[in-house]
Amino acid sequence: MQQDRIRNFAIIAHIDHGKSTLADRILELTGAVSEREMREQLLDTMELERERGITIKAQAVRVEWRGHQLNLIDTPGHVDFTYEVSRSLQACEGALLVVDAAQGIEAQTLANAYLAIDGGLEIVPAANKIDLPQADPDGAAAELGDLLGESSERVLRISAKTGVGVPEVLDAIVERIPAPTGEPEAPARALVFDSSYDQYRGVVAFVRVVDGSFSPREPLRAMAQGTEFDAEELGVMSPARTPVGSLSAGEVGYVITGLKDVSRLRVGDTLTSRRRAAAAPLPGYQDVKPMVFAGIFPTDSDDYPELRDALERLKLNDGSLSYEPETSQALGFGFRCGFLGLLHMEIVRERLEREFDLDLLITAPNVAYRATTRTGEEVEVHNPAEMPRELEGVEEPYVKASVIVPKDYVGAVMELANERRGSFDHMEYLSEGRVLLSYELPLGEIVMDFYDQLKSRTRGYASFDYDLAGFKPGALSRVDILVGGEQVDALSLIIHRDAAYDRGRQLVERLREEIPRQMIDVPIQAAIGSRVIARETVKARRKDVLAKCYGGDISRKRKLLEKQKKGKKRMKQVGGVEVPQEAFLAVLNLDSDKKR
Amino acid sequence: MGHVRHLYVHLPFCAHRCGYCDFVTVVGRHAEHARYVDALLAELELERGVLADDVETVFLGGGTPTFTEPRELERLLAALPAAAEITVEANPETVTPDLATLLRAGGVNRVSLGAQSFQPRLLETLERQASPGDVRRAVQVLSAAGFDNLSLDLVYGIPGQSADDLDADLAQALALEPEHLSCYELEAKPGTRFTHAHGEELARQAEAMEGYFETVVETLTSAGYRWYETANFCLAGARAAGRDLRSRHNLGYWQGRDYLGLGVGAVSTVGGARRRNLPSLGRYLAALAVGDAPPREVEAIDSATHVRELLLLGLRLDQPVALAEVENAVDREALARMRDLGLVALERNLRGDELRLTRRGRFLGGAVTAELLAGTPS
Repeated sequence: MQQDRIRNFAIIAHIDHGKSTLADRILELTGAVSEREMREQLLDTMELERERGITIKAQAVRVEWRGHQLNLIDTPGHVDFTYEVSRSLQACEGALLVVDAAQGIEAQTLANAYLAIDGGLEIVPAANKIDLPQADPDGAAAELGDLLGESSERVLRISAKTGVGVPEVLDAIVERIPAPTGEPEAPARALVFDSSYDQYRGVVAFVRVVDGSFSPREPLRAMAQGTEFDAEELGVMSPARTPVGSLSAGEVGYVITGLKDVSRLRVGDTLTSRRRAAAAPLPGYQDVKPMVFAGIFPTDSDDYPELRDALERLKLNDGSLSYEPETSQALGFGFRCGFLGLLHMEIVRERLEREFDLDLLITAPNVAYRATTRTGEEVEVHNPAEMPRELEGVEEPYVKASVIVPKDYVGAVMELANERRGSFDHMEYLSEGRVLLSYELPLGEIVMDFYDQLKSRTRGYASFDYDLAGFKPGALSRVDILVGGEQVDALSLIIHRDAAYDRGRQLVERLREEIPRQMIDVPIQAAIGSRVIARETVKARRKDVLAKCYGGDISRKRKLLEKQKKGKKRMKQVGGVEVPQEAFLAVLNLDSDKKR
Repeated sequence: MGHVRHLYVHLPFCAHRCGYCDFVTVVGRHAEHARYVDALLAELELERGVLADDVETVFLGGGTPTFTEPRELERLLAALPAAAEITVEANPETVTPDLATLLRAGGVNRVSLGAQSFQPRLLETLERQASPGDVRRAVQVLSAAGFDNLSLDLVYGIPGQSADDLDADLAQALALEPEHLSCYELEAKPGTRFTHAHGEELARQAEAMEGYFETVVETLTSAGYRWYETANFCLAGARAAGRDLRSRHNLGYWQGRDYLGLGVGAVSTVGGARRRNLPSLGRYLAALAVGDAPPREVEAIDSATHVRELLLLGLRLDQPVALAEVENAVDREALARMRDLGLVALERNLRGDELRLTRRGRFLGGAVTAELLAGTPS
């Protein structure tokens, strides 16, 4: 196919604004999938995604329309996956910007629209769900028009559900989105914009060929990482995997690499042929950095090998998951895992629990801190218990957060942001009734249920997005929890000085409720350094006897005592105190009440 | 000739089932009393071989043994072997001069009265039939009949019982100068009618009643009683005039000796096997009517288990346990911990190493014993 007849585009939209439905319609309309074959939202291949109604893994599909080759690249929509979205967009020349005509522009829409605009993509705006009675197509079109600096007449009005306007979308893609302009004769270069792991074939890379062309069995190299492999197979998704004889400049497809480890081929890397290597890689490659950390431990320590294997297998398909072994004196052997964000963490947790059937204890999520010790050494801390005692200073990661709400809730959002040490950046009206608020906030304040609070205080209307904005010094303290005089490392947390007392008190009180009475008094303390900031005591039992023990009772009493003895094995011993697993769970699991 | 020197006989009949009771009992059914005693005697014949020539103790428990038809009770007592100590449990309202005479004539030399409390409203909560007056009368009648070894049962932790109520019960019990007292905390088993009615109140009172056990022990020991077992007290020293007033029958259990139990639900431990007769009255009667042994559950007690039982039973007493006898049952690491906490004392003397619970350890005896028991291989 000639480059000038190719169109590469993505669909970007807020969650539930109809991106996947539109993709389905396009597949149907172009004959790529017959109605009988159509499974709703075909592009979402994981059950989890289907359930949550969001796309996590980006996929690409080739379709045909009016003699043109259209490559549709599906993108993840959530805050945590901005890097992946930006790489997918780099593979395109244009983007469909889809907005729910009843909801209007949301934070995600905005964030990704800016990404696309910054990437030089041609935007084709569309107001979707016009079939709904509450839709306001003109209003949505006006918002979109304003955003893009265009006339609202250029905004398509469609219903992906009924199919209305979809042929016009495809026409607009052909007419408005420019063709790719690579060098067909230059040394081959292809952008890896996504990858997945196939149990039988190894790592499958999704690529956009920019220059030159690739053939099957060609020896290739990933330029940023240096990984070398042979292109076992090249093909396109239409939508099933279909091998082809070559992929040339402007085309989108997949490469079966035979690699066993997905982290050897990172998203954003550039592939080139070893026979005729390109001089420079494509721009934009970044090593993905985890932002949110949590300790993951098996509830039953016997399950450690299962957890280890599960994480290994998860990582095959999720290059951005990082983990290292961690030993907690209270919780035993486990892992400190790094995630792109809270959603990423949730997804990993659910997959571990559901797909691998594991019973897990997960510490409250924390962020990375940069500490400077008295000796001038700089360390990055992923585990609060490892924060050095003697500190010159601490820096914490900040984000620039955008919240879009109906104007009635502006006050509520400002209140929340202030509570979370936010500093106001600016406010703008997107339309008559909808406001964008921009704040700078510590990431640490966001991982502590900010999103849930935001939703609940705005009755679900708020949408939220954030970008990392560097590290800043913070007046932070490490609060330790001691049980029976001994520090429980898994419960240490890093918190702003002003909030330390209240939180310490909260934890200590909760523990007092959860720790059963024992043969001795059990002191429970929260401390900063050697200074105790809160204290409770679980008073010793005064009586614990088996009342009657006559001839007919002996067997029963014996079994009772033996069972009690066995039960102690399941307790964790901290400072001579028996602490049941449930006590840790209660204190550590942020949403233990919300668990399914 | 056998070796078993302790005999237990169960008489399940009662006029009324008290709310908190979880023994094997049968209400009324007077017509069955004769058949039941026939069956008991038949079972005795079947088992006679295990009994020693010189049986040391006989204990009639229930139910309400003294509710049994007097003729049948008489017949039973006449057929039982003679023993140094023959105890009968009695409900105070059933004690009449005639009954007292009958018991004496039958060789009974110890009576255990179920008093439970001396506060009428607490007795009502417990659904006991006797009044405090009945208890005093019973004591008088028994003393007049020549009994000089009486035991009173008291219960504490009754819903609605204040600390003053407890003091009053103890004072009134002591005023009767019984040779022996058994004091139990009320156990409200989940799912019973009693728990349904009083469970919440008990939960509310739990913290206030925590100290009741300590009160019982302190009051009784101050009054000259020896706290010889977790829930059992007897006059000692000067007040006992040289007699050993501990329950010899129960000591048999706590010292891990073999015993034979007859009747519905009765338990025997003989020669490494523990047998429990099933609680069904009908099946018991039917089997023995045709000369068969009653239906039973059997549990083997191997020597390792026996040693564990020696430990858990021995720690209930105020006498030390020889470590050598229970070594394999003791978790040494736990022992060290319990000693550090001041709950267990390990003493070496001429007899060897001996293990005993300290005073504080006795109050936490259940928990300490659970710790000390070495884990079983699972």
